[in-house]
Amino acid sequence: MKRNIFSFLAGGIFGAGALVSGMTDTTKVQGWLDVFGAWDPTLAFVMGGAILPMVIAWRFAARRSASVLGTSLPGPSSTKLDNNLITGSVLFGMGWGLAGLCPGPAMASITFGGWGGLLFLSAMAAGMLAAPKVRAWITPQDAQA
Amino acid sequence: MAKNNAAAPRCGMNSEDNMIEMDWIWGLIGGLMIGGAAAMFLLINGRIMGASGILGGLIDGSGRSNAAERVAFVAGLMLVPGVLALLWGGASTHVTSNPIVIIAAGLLVGVGTRFANGCTSGHGVCGISRFSLRGMVATVFYLLAGGLVMVAFRHVLGVI
Repeated sequence: MKRNIFSFLAGGIFGAGALVSGMTDTTKVQGWLDVFGAWDPTLAFVMGGAILPMVIAWRFAARRSASVLGTSLPGPSSTKLDNNLITGSVLFGMGWGLAGLCPGPAMASITFGGWGGLLFLSAMAAGMLAAPKVRAWITPQDAQA
Repeated sequence: MAKNNAAAPRCGMNSEDNMIEMDWIWGLIGGLMIGGAAAMFLLINGRIMGASGILGGLIDGSGRSNAAERVAFVAGLMLVPGVLALLWGGASTHVTSNPIVIIAAGLLVGVGTRFANGCTSGHGVCGISRFSLRGMVATVFYLLAGGLVMVAFRHVLGVI
């Protein structure tokens, strides 16, 4: 139960941060990506602001054997670079640029994003479901591995 | 046709200079909240706060073992900004009204984040902060792809 309460809180603070920072406003995200247009540096401040507490949190996590609630902490990060990471990031970046929405802010704006937001979320869910099939279609050998 | 409503007033402020000056402060405050949420989720729940991974595990069933924790996260993520936006007097995503662009974008984000196993929050915020090579490489590629899409679809084709 505690896990769910803190999970709800983390989601809520994340969503509030996305709204406050302006990341639920697609013009700000596209303004950041549009280097040749009216460039908007806000996203850099959001990223910087978000990374800062996490640098400290990872230091704390490194000294602990388990989380506060006793669950296991994430293991060391993988250093393996593969095609899925690159292809996936390129596809994600393309979609992010097209609409100005990434998964967090897309969910955070569900109540005020109108039909466009709901359509984006539906398409994103469909894409998530279709991902294994698309992967098998692009790289048959990777999918079996 | 290039759409540019970046100067649309937010939070009732109508001075454009004032707004741009304020925007980076709000960005920093909101960013600290996002990072604070991620720090809490890591240290208390022992989990990496990646929006696409948390939702994706619910959608494709791969996260069945901790589904309740995922549902709680998504509920907070959807409800809290909704309540705040109401108190704030409304918020807008200013998302395009072109359904084809929206569908294409959503499909790309869905497929891409599952392939890459992360998005801006998982690879960006949580990955870069632990100097993860995968997180940094992913971030470079999605930023480049997003930038190139803006050049191609806004400045060359004029669709977004």
